[in-house]
Amino acid sequence: MRFAHRHLLGIEHLSQSDITAILDLAETYVELNRQSAKHSDVLAGLTQINMFFENSTRTQASFELAGKRLGADVMNMAMQASSIKKGETLIDTAMTLNAMHPDLLVVRHPQSGAVDLLAQKVNCAVLNAGDGRHEHPTQALLDALTIRRAKGRLHRLSIAICGDVAHSRVARSNLILLGKMENRIRLIGPPTLVPPHFREFGAEVFDDMREGLRDVDVVMMLRLQRERMDGGFIPSEREYYHRFGLDNEKLALARPDAIVMHPGPMNRGVEIDGTLADDINRSVIQEQVEMGVAVRMAAMELLARNLRSEAA
Amino acid sequence: MSDILFTNARLIDPEGGTDGPGWLLVRNGRIADRGDGDPGGTPGATVDCGGKCLAPGIVDIGVKVCEPGERHKESYRSAGRAAAAGGVTTIVTRPDTSPAIDTPESLEFVTRRAQADAPVNVLAMAALTKGRQGREMTEIGFLLDAGAVAFTDCDQVITDTKVFSRALTYARSLGALVIAHPQEPGLSAGAAATSGKFASLYGLAAVSPMAERMGLDRDIALLEMTGARYHADQITTARALPALERAKRNGLDISAGTSIHHLTLNELDVSDYRTFFKVKPPLRSEDDRMATVEAVRSGLIDIISSMHTPQDEESKRLPFEEAAGGAVALETLLPAALRLYHAGQIDLPGLFRAMALNPARRLGLDCGRLAAGAPADLVLFDPDTPFVLDRFALRSKSQNTPFDGQRMQGRVLGTYVAGEPVYRRD
Repeated sequence: MRFAHRHLLGIEHLSQSDITAILDLAETYVELNRQSAKHSDVLAGLTQINMFFENSTRTQASFELAGKRLGADVMNMAMQASSIKKGETLIDTAMTLNAMHPDLLVVRHPQSGAVDLLAQKVNCAVLNAGDGRHEHPTQALLDALTIRRAKGRLHRLSIAICGDVAHSRVARSNLILLGKMENRIRLIGPPTLVPPHFREFGAEVFDDMREGLRDVDVVMMLRLQRERMDGGFIPSEREYYHRFGLDNEKLALARPDAIVMHPGPMNRGVEIDGTLADDINRSVIQEQVEMGVAVRMAAMELLARNLRSEAA
Repeated sequence: MSDILFTNARLIDPEGGTDGPGWLLVRNGRIADRGDGDPGGTPGATVDCGGKCLAPGIVDIGVKVCEPGERHKESYRSAGRAAAAGGVTTIVTRPDTSPAIDTPESLEFVTRRAQADAPVNVLAMAALTKGRQGREMTEIGFLLDAGAVAFTDCDQVITDTKVFSRALTYARSLGALVIAHPQEPGLSAGAAATSGKFASLYGLAAVSPMAERMGLDRDIALLEMTGARYHADQITTARALPALERAKRNGLDISAGTSIHHLTLNELDVSDYRTFFKVKPPLRSEDDRMATVEAVRSGLIDIISSMHTPQDEESKRLPFEEAAGGAVALETLLPAALRLYHAGQIDLPGLFRAMALNPARRLGLDCGRLAAGAPADLVLFDPDTPFVLDRFALRSKSQNTPFDGQRMQGRVLGTYVAGEPVYRRD
């Protein structure tokens, strides 16, 4: 199977078969990760640099673990504390790193499009670990794998994405991926956070959560950023929780076997009820974290294969 | 100065709305006569136009020359050469330099620099408020005496309506033209794109196209209050057009312009965050573009400008939202405008009405025409020559053009200011 991409910048560029290929390969890594000997050497000799221009614990740890389990030399650079503060431009930083000959560059940046820009300037494979409010492709892929394993398929499902869609790269990547795989998507949230023109992507838009959740197979919650809570987009945390927080009562309107997802980190009592988040019969939130490592291993392996065949 | 006779020309006359074969006689830097029969002999020089188009030189309102402050981006010499090569015979400069042109002294500096270095006519606009801060009006009277042809804070909207209404009232008493950027500043703050599917997909902070209409509505209400002479620098959305039409019908002294980029590009051209396509206001939907083209054709929008805004590579090689806005366009204005001609949307007299006649009239200049007595500011061009634009061949010091690598059609063959050639294509 050929994965005809140099970088993983977004779901936008992937085809159905690309997505399936990543998920299929990730399945094998799920098995590997559950064994006591978790090592493979498919990235042996390759250098992976994680550049995070924005705080991240979970995603960075997941990428780091994925690289290490595949035998890559992994380096983390906390860009927030580094040269960018001294006025160096993104391009200069990229050129500097490029001179160190990394093979895989994992980048998170607060600006939409910044990772695309960086990818144009370096010789290695670039993985987007989240750019502004644009895309977060590995998150969408791990969500897809989680859904496929829980539901037995990744098509013809009714999936609700709830919360701050407007500012969420997770929502965008999921919307694109789940759309490509031919699912019905519902976006739920107040109109300040779910602009109506998202209908143009083929999604249904609801500002009544109860109506939106009716008979869905998957409920995907989004994190509400703290800075959006005070009066600007929603009146208050408690009104938001009342209208758009997921609890058992609202979830009862979904299909009885509907699963609950959240990309983390969660605001318990803001967008999701704490007990529900921990309910192992409904919540697959821990599984999502597990799938994250496997999906990132798969994505890096596919990109590394291309690197090696280029070099050969 | 002796005579020059342009023979065998295709005369584009925006005043008469005609496009046909003829000859044109220039004497002492002014147009002396024209006709379509046998021109007879002349004691001076003859230019055989070879059937190509001869039109009034372009009058471009809203050109940023980066003197003082950022001469490395554009100087009067480089802008003047770019203008000449683009068929622009009069550039009307913006005061959004660093510092802003807001005193008679700084205006004189600009005028002196332009006279020394630019081969084309340069007229300067001055800021309407000191430092373009929107708080205190500039010395409009002194600035008029020093040669300011219009007053504008450029893309800086004067948010304090009282300040703006007083400035308009004061400007009216002196007959000064005020140019404003119609935009609701709260709604458009921080926006890098027009709201809609494209901005959502690319995750860019976006502004509703309605912000332009809201800004225009406010300004129109202020015109009703003050009776000032007013020009909206860029109207780029369909929603703003009915308000403009109504204001004109009600007899307000209002005119409107638009930029060549909003007439020839839409938001999808930004595609993968190409910062050369970042302009202010942001590129619009295709529906808005088409409505704007139609408004230029019908004359509702009076003026096409290049909104020439040089930016160096460092200002553009950044993530889209952080990158500087603006595009150079002095040299690409005419070939880009010819896209509208080749698409059958606006005829050549219509284009030169918007690029030469109307801007000249609005500023009280006697150029922009092919009439006897008018200055011999002329552009000779072939509307059909195809070429691929190479941005590094541009004469501007900055090469931030969205048309890089694009197929264009139409080239300037010669540019004349007061009958003197300032550009000739070999």
